[in-house]
Amino acid sequence: MQYTPKIDPFLNRAGWIALALFAFIAIIVVPALFVFVPEESPFHVSAYTVTLVGKILCYCIVAVAMNLIWGYAGILSLGHGVFFALGGYAFGMYLMRQIGRDGQYQSDLPDFMVFLDWKEYPWQWFGTDHFLWALALVVLVPGTLAFVFGFFAFRSRIKGVYFSIITQAMTFAFMLLFFRNETGFGGNNGFTDFKRILGFPITEPPMRAILFALSAAALIGAVLLSRYLIRSKTGRILTAIRDSESRLMFSGYNPLGYKLFVWTLSAVMCGIAGALYVPQVGIINPSEMSPANSIEIAVWVAVGGRGTIVGPILGAFSVNAAKSFFTQSFPEYWLFFLGLLFILVTLFMPKGIVGLARQIGSRFHSGGASEQRG
Amino acid sequence: MLQLLKKITAVLTFAAAVLTSPAQALDEEAISGLASEELSVRIEAIAAIAAFGDAEALEILKLLYDGEVYVTEEGQIILEFDEVVDAITREPLDPEPDYYDSVIVNNQMRGDLEVAIAALSLSSDDRQTRFEAALALEGAEDPGLLPAIVDALDTEDDPEIRAMLAQTRSVMELNSDEPAVRAAAATALGDSSDRRVRELLAAKLEQDPNGDYFEPSGEVRLAALKSIKSIDRKLLLIDYFGRFFSGLSLGSILLLVALGLAITYGLLGVINLAHGEMLMIGAYATYVTQTIFINHFPGAFDYYVIAAIPVAFCVAAGVGMVLERTVIRWLYGRPLETLLATWGISLFLIQTVRQIFGAQNVEVSNPSWMSGGVEFMSVVMPYNRICIIVFSFFVLLLMWLMLSRTRLGLFIRSVTQNRTMASCVGVPTGRVDLLAFGLGSGIAGLAGVALSQIGNVGPDLGQAYIIDSFMVVVLGGVGQLAGTVYAALGLGVFSKFIEPHIGAVLTKILVLVLIIAVIQKRPQGLFALKGRAVEA
Repeated sequence: MQYTPKIDPFLNRAGWIALALFAFIAIIVVPALFVFVPEESPFHVSAYTVTLVGKILCYCIVAVAMNLIWGYAGILSLGHGVFFALGGYAFGMYLMRQIGRDGQYQSDLPDFMVFLDWKEYPWQWFGTDHFLWALALVVLVPGTLAFVFGFFAFRSRIKGVYFSIITQAMTFAFMLLFFRNETGFGGNNGFTDFKRILGFPITEPPMRAILFALSAAALIGAVLLSRYLIRSKTGRILTAIRDSESRLMFSGYNPLGYKLFVWTLSAVMCGIAGALYVPQVGIINPSEMSPANSIEIAVWVAVGGRGTIVGPILGAFSVNAAKSFFTQSFPEYWLFFLGLLFILVTLFMPKGIVGLARQIGSRFHSGGASEQRG
Repeated sequence: MLQLLKKITAVLTFAAAVLTSPAQALDEEAISGLASEELSVRIEAIAAIAAFGDAEALEILKLLYDGEVYVTEEGQIILEFDEVVDAITREPLDPEPDYYDSVIVNNQMRGDLEVAIAALSLSSDDRQTRFEAALALEGAEDPGLLPAIVDALDTEDDPEIRAMLAQTRSVMELNSDEPAVRAAAATALGDSSDRRVRELLAAKLEQDPNGDYFEPSGEVRLAALKSIKSIDRKLLLIDYFGRFFSGLSLGSILLLVALGLAITYGLLGVINLAHGEMLMIGAYATYVTQTIFINHFPGAFDYYVIAAIPVAFCVAAGVGMVLERTVIRWLYGRPLETLLATWGISLFLIQTVRQIFGAQNVEVSNPSWMSGGVEFMSVVMPYNRICIIVFSFFVLLLMWLMLSRTRLGLFIRSVTQNRTMASCVGVPTGRVDLLAFGLGSGIAGLAGVALSQIGNVGPDLGQAYIIDSFMVVVLGGVGQLAGTVYAALGLGVFSKFIEPHIGAVLTKILVLVLIIAVIQKRPQGLFALKGRAVEA
């Protein structure tokens, strides 16, 4: 008789309700309060809040993507910042073209190209004036890079810290590459001064509200997708790779395809998050690719709780909220805080906030309650 | 500038033409021109003095160059030794003049004087004087100096000076009226490795707008072409040597950084992202040592680097051991978490140093014996770079002795190879971990001392080298020193050889691609330990 492990409900009742509530608030209520409620009203949501939360929603998507690869497949990537930034750059190219002749030099070319005395778009920019091609690039560029890189890395069974270090080197190399003017993406200034999307002004409240709602929708999509994936057979094999890859291989599975699939999927999710992030923040430059940013993504997931569905979202929210607070109030202590966070979380909270909550919860329920799964 | 040069050569022609005339005693007529207000008269006077060609004339020219020839109100040229004397007779003046002033020497005269002094100094008995004279004459193209150089070549027996003079002679003969002489000169210049000589030869091959060669003789052109090729070969060799040296220099730094990393990674299986900060701590320890020496032992300042070596080692090793005990110890078996925790440590350390020393770079200066450099094959090798190369190999030697000859080394090797088995036979693995981590951090501290001598010392110092040194460990594999050594030197030299062609950024990317390619074939690095140890 075949052994079938107990499968958790896709989401339990409370989970579905919470998700629906989140969707309702993030996709309808907040944008409506932002756009339609006058500024004097106590219910008005400020543009600052919408931008900040919208930004963090994008980070949450990255965290969910990171969780998929690290929390479930046990592969720690220190290169997710690159995929995020590549998605941002891909969509940024479209945004730069939408500026049209409204730039400083009133040229068809973006200002930085005029500045460098270029006469035409380099090949990388081919077709980026088409919205759909730009959207395709958002998926294709990070996806292709991840696929090629992952293929060679996983094929030679690079794993564990080796893999992390290699991805970090990749991140470093990409950052240096994008810092060069010759690469054709604006050098260290990157892209900024965006004006419109599909002809609609980008800084007006309706567009901001739409972008915010899209980010929230994308996050919900990412959560549902990863939840679905984890419950599938693929997901179980991924967990097996994390727990004992050798044993999985001895059982006749080839982990290459599974790893490659989840790695590429994770990169694509990051690219989409980046594409949503750039129009909201209004700038993309190579510092997004710095190795430090990629490591920070890992700590969001670690803080929230690896291998849980809500953990990464909680982590991304709390760490970024703390970052906003610290960088405004005590800028010099942010690095202390972040450093300590890295150390303390790995030492004392290996399962993150979610793990801590469960511990407390199970103690509260007179210890006997079995560990509930997210 | 060109005008000036032309004037100089014009005067020199005159000067040199009379150089070979029979020597007479310096007379009043020649020297009196120095008193003139007119620049041209003073320049002629220099030429006239040089024409005497004897030791006395040389002395006067040198004194003139140093601004120690004076003129009285009456126009008498005088010198000032213990007492004021006439320049010709060397008789003391009585009564001493109330007022006298230096002969005015401007830059144009200075240029004339340098060449005139050089030409006269070629017959000096002192090798150093002749050497400097030959050096000063290098690049002089004026044929008027030729007889003096030919004379000097007859008597000169120092090979280095001979070579310099011979080259100068050939350069001059390149403009001879005789095609045979020109051809011989062009052939002789093939021995040179000087870019300027190459340009002169290349000028022989140029055509005017009608397609006619400036150089009429085909024989000369052929000789010039051959010599250019020979020079190019030598220049290429020099270029390669220069790249090899800077590659070796980079490689030795990578080696110092990666040695400690390889030990901790090999032993504990954890990547220590705070390793770069151990470099930084070592560099700041050097800075503090330097400050202490400036404040308390200013006389012994030159030796502060020596004192900084043990200080940096101990400080970095101490910090490393504290970290091992407080953080890393608790994360054994969880390498990915260790990675994150050590990254946190590195942020923490960077910010701490920023709070203590400020975010700006601090200044660490080379001791005097480390500044300057030695020239070999036209490549200047700075002493500080040479010192670092020597130092890193010294550290490597110590490491090797420690690992292969001491009890601790034996323990480290055994735990690296098989932790469980080592533990079973009584190796105190916990203590070995602690000491090895301290050792790795201490070596990083030593690397920090080295880095402080060639670059800026700031809180971000470690970040610049850390990724490259990880690449060394990934490429070289862990568990034996040889892998690290070959990988570090190989990466350093390879990078520097490629860099001039495709730039620093593309080099880094290419190196990464190559490393990934190498790992395809050898997943555990180029020099992995052979054995049955498979990861759990």
